[in-house]
Amino acid sequence: MTSATPPVPGGSDPAGLDHDPGAALTPGFRGRARPEGVTLPPGQYAEEGFPVLSAGPTPNVSTATWSFAVTNEVGATKSWTWAELMALPQDTPTVDIHCVTRWSKFGTRWRGVSLDVLLAEVESTAEFAMVGSYGGYTTNLPVADLLGGKAWIAHTFDGAPLHPEHGGPARLLVPHLYFWKSAKWVRSLTLMPTDRPGFWEKLGYHDLGDPWREQRYQGD
Amino acid sequence: MTEARSAEAEPRGARLGDRYAVPSGWQVATLVGRRAESASAVTLVLDVPGWPGHLAGQHLDLRLTAPDGYTAERSYSLASGPAAPGTGRVEVTVQRVRDGEVSPYLVDQFPLGSAIEVRGPIGGWFVWDPVRDAGTPVLLVAGGSGLVPVMAMARARRESGDRTPFRLIYSVRTPEDRLYPDELERLAARGDGFEASTIFTRAVSLTALRGPRRLTDSEVASWGWPAELEPRVYICGPTGFVEAVSRMVVAQGHDPARVRTERFGPAAG
Repeated sequence: MTSATPPVPGGSDPAGLDHDPGAALTPGFRGRARPEGVTLPPGQYAEEGFPVLSAGPTPNVSTATWSFAVTNEVGATKSWTWAELMALPQDTPTVDIHCVTRWSKFGTRWRGVSLDVLLAEVESTAEFAMVGSYGGYTTNLPVADLLGGKAWIAHTFDGAPLHPEHGGPARLLVPHLYFWKSAKWVRSLTLMPTDRPGFWEKLGYHDLGDPWREQRYQGD
Repeated sequence: MTEARSAEAEPRGARLGDRYAVPSGWQVATLVGRRAESASAVTLVLDVPGWPGHLAGQHLDLRLTAPDGYTAERSYSLASGPAAPGTGRVEVTVQRVRDGEVSPYLVDQFPLGSAIEVRGPIGGWFVWDPVRDAGTPVLLVAGGSGLVPVMAMARARRESGDRTPFRLIYSVRTPEDRLYPDELERLAARGDGFEASTIFTRAVSLTALRGPRRLTDSEVASWGWPAELEPRVYICGPTGFVEAVSRMVVAQGHDPARVRTERFGPAAG
């Protein structure tokens, strides 16, 4: 029986497992055909649809009253109305996204304004940012992960205005981190000299959330 | 990270917040029981050595391993209440998803006595705690297998002898698809403030007073709580169901800040 026990998969500490060597892990499990031509982060699977995950009701946010505000560590604020956002240079990133609930979606097409544009004139030496949403959601990110062509305020998905379920009228898009960092219904970004946890981060989720390092939970 | 996280170092269970710290790494659990709940759902009883306890509504991550080392991970809501008898025993109820990668295996194959890697408990938002949350009326609205985490809340309430007024609205396709029908009847029959209403969306029994259709606004209003009572509202189910019901309760005057949701995406399985 012992010889039939599959190897403990990567990342585990076999010495730390309280494992009866006579019991095989999930005997008979085969799984789907392994995806070809794409690279999935550890623990993820490819998804064709676009699942929705939110902690509460979807807020109704009108572009007539929408604004996005950036506040630096001394309290100076710069904000944009919807019309002002639309007047800025627009990017059309096509990116893979990875949700901590384990689905990944390849080649998603967005349109939005790079954070490089929005933060360019902001005076700050802060290393961290708290992003806030209509509805009260928050998430913390390192500023380094928001700059350098890695993050956008996105308002269009697959050629159509972003649906409210998916964060419309506009959401943060930070595709290289787990998707809970890509705050839906985004309204603010507050720069902070020291890191503080946002909504899910206070509830045990990771402060950075790099899917390639499988940083799902605090301590990963 | 610049901020020290002391919760990791403190003994678990000392503060409620410590429960939110997810135990690091995977550990091996053993399947010690299985119960059919319907033709397509099964409850798996897992023995998890050193289980730290959990709050009703939290999840368990499962990791399955194929002979070639390929692994698949999924989250399942814990069905058992925090004070389930026996140390280290936890239960998850798994609904078979057609063409799913993991759920057909767990429902139809995963043999008794075999091992599986688990990690948890996980999640601290969609939870109800009889210590912290007692006294405020609760409305639970569940669609399909979305009943599982709210059933854990009903079980937590019963196990702790709590009498917080609970109202459950359960929407399910057919009578045969119901999870825990007898237990729900028993909970409601105790007369201690737990009420349950079940509706069917696809097919009903011959004696039904209501045809098969989706949950309506007026049903949520009459079987739920008035917004003035400021209940905690928990809505769990498929995305479309959660969107529809959360729109209804917000339109009925419930403060969105008191409405907690959990959605099963189309990818569940």
